[in-house]
Amino acid sequence: MKVMNLVQAINDAMDIKLQEDKSIVVYGEDVGVEGGVFRVTEGLQVKHGKERVFDSPLAESGIAGTALGMAISGMKPIIEMQFDGFAYPAFNQIISHIARFRNRTRGKYSVPMVIRIPYGGGINALEHHSESPEAYFGHTPGLKVVIPSTPYDAKGLLIAAIEDPDPVIYLEPKRIYRAIKQEVPEEKYQIPLGKAKVISQGEDITVIAYGAMIREVQKAMVLVKEKGISVQLIDLRSIWPIDRDTIGAAVRQTGRALIVTEAQQSYGPAAELISVINEEAFLSLEAPPKRLTGFDTIIPLPLGEKHYMISPQRIAWEIEKLVNY
Amino acid sequence: MFDIKTLESYQAIDNKLYQVMDAEGKLVIPKWKSSLDNDQIVQAYRDLLFVRTADMMAVAYQRQGRMFTYPPNLGQEAIHIAAGLVMQEKDWLVPAFRELGAWLAKGVKLSEVFLYFRGHEDGSRFQEANRVLPVAVPISSQLLHASGLGYALNYQGENAAVFAFVGDGGTSEGDFHEALNFASVWDAPVVFVIQNNQFAISVPLAMQTRSKNLAVKGIAYGMESIMVDGNDIFAMHDVLSFARDYAVTNKRPILIEAVTYRAGAHTTSDDPTKYRTSEEEEEWAKKDPVLRLQKWLTRKKLWDVSTEEELIAGYRKKIDAEFEIAEHYPEYNIDDVFGYLYEEMPDELKRQKNDYMNFINSSGGVK
Repeated sequence: MKVMNLVQAINDAMDIKLQEDKSIVVYGEDVGVEGGVFRVTEGLQVKHGKERVFDSPLAESGIAGTALGMAISGMKPIIEMQFDGFAYPAFNQIISHIARFRNRTRGKYSVPMVIRIPYGGGINALEHHSESPEAYFGHTPGLKVVIPSTPYDAKGLLIAAIEDPDPVIYLEPKRIYRAIKQEVPEEKYQIPLGKAKVISQGEDITVIAYGAMIREVQKAMVLVKEKGISVQLIDLRSIWPIDRDTIGAAVRQTGRALIVTEAQQSYGPAAELISVINEEAFLSLEAPPKRLTGFDTIIPLPLGEKHYMISPQRIAWEIEKLVNY
Repeated sequence: MFDIKTLESYQAIDNKLYQVMDAEGKLVIPKWKSSLDNDQIVQAYRDLLFVRTADMMAVAYQRQGRMFTYPPNLGQEAIHIAAGLVMQEKDWLVPAFRELGAWLAKGVKLSEVFLYFRGHEDGSRFQEANRVLPVAVPISSQLLHASGLGYALNYQGENAAVFAFVGDGGTSEGDFHEALNFASVWDAPVVFVIQNNQFAISVPLAMQTRSKNLAVKGIAYGMESIMVDGNDIFAMHDVLSFARDYAVTNKRPILIEAVTYRAGAHTTSDDPTKYRTSEEEEEWAKKDPVLRLQKWLTRKKLWDVSTEEELIAGYRKKIDAEFEIAEHYPEYNIDDVFGYLYEEMPDELKRQKNDYMNFINSSGGVK
């Protein structure tokens, strides 16, 4: 075991896989010499060579589209979109081709690749650097979308994503890149895609969150514990496929559900989760499931982010309201 | 023959079109010799006739209501047959959607093409053809796949090339420029072929670009670029042979602009009378690629035009037989909808399929 933060855990996962599988290449903007703007790929080029870990021209559609060409000819690219908001130029390639090539060719060609995207707000960044685009990808047939919230999950999910035969969008909650440290096994292990995790058992309410919001919910849990409220916390981990069974079972136990996402509300992941809850746990519900999400606004520049980002106090307030409904 | 010395005198920046024979099938380059022998040339002519017949029959099937939207190849066939002669087994073909002859040369079955345009994804499975991609509908995006394939060829140490096709309208898309740039920066062996057929659906070339030709766009990306008469199969074959050798030997991309004319509609849903004149169509009809080779062959006494009718009748039977395979293909069932999105079907999709099947079972088969 070794203490790692998320950045180190993600780096470690790529390092292990690069070592093990020569068909893997890692590329994107600044991922080579610089090791990525967040240093997630630091040291990988020196260790694995410039043919396998390299800087590409600055063009996201180009990065994604060329990765498809590599993937269908037996390679396994791990590409990086430098920031969430910079992934949008790659949308056409991701949605129109990467997600569809297996279906289009009836499985003659498959697209095993991982698209890594640092995402989310709370880091005092410029515009286009704080987006939560998971709903776009989760809405797209043919993709899998995962988000870790701990270093342990970050490593295991990324290894599973790299070994998956289909394209996986791997969203990295950049706000907690270095904020959470944890003991992580040095060897290889996988965390299955499509499986949520029960982080803590509780009786009064189920809170479902993912990514950087997990830590905020945990802070809120401390606040409500003082008032005698016990929270069952679920880390969704996989935006799609969605783990219907775990969510249904959890809400059937507590009868109350709060969804916390940084992503905007309308047509977002929280709406999807509430649909699942209605389908799977309707007769157990003691209160209408509630979503606490980003506003349906543009995420503000740093000085305004305090209004948009969801605080532990606000989560605690919503938990109390639901428990006392 | 087109070689590195020829290239010097056909620089795209000089707006010079490489042509071997004129519209009358007469050589414009004295003492020109093909690298193809007479038998191969005769076979190329038969292939042109076959593809043209198949293409025209495809339009007819559509008109009969037996096929959905289809993009005719009429007038552009020489480009595809020449590419078919040049491409090797290990080469990749990355088509747009109007390259019937190149597909068939790669081993795609005509019944598969018909099946696809009849509306079934199974037509893109290409059972017996390898290293060939299906139709790419969003314009120019397939070129990036070609650049990635080129990187993979180098990475895997293979001596082969990628042949990637795009139309004149496609040169306005960002992906066209990204693909050329990536291929160049990565030294990817990609032969990019622009089929400049003068129209992007209804929009004429003059409204796409102020470049003096389309080949010059390659210069900015540091690649050799050649403009060639796309209706002249000898010129096309010369240039594509050179381009393949060049790409594989030098590990460099190269850009070819094949100047041609889309004699048919954009697709069977399009009506060209709305945006071009019959005078223009007649002018280009005189430069038809099939007719041109026929004239050359006849002059050389390598072809007897009076045999053509019977030959084409035979082709028609063969093509009808291929169409029958597509027309009598098994019923499209629910597994065709759900079964190919992932290697293993996620539970969520199983649930959705199951919901649908429960309805079907209770409705007595009504969908």
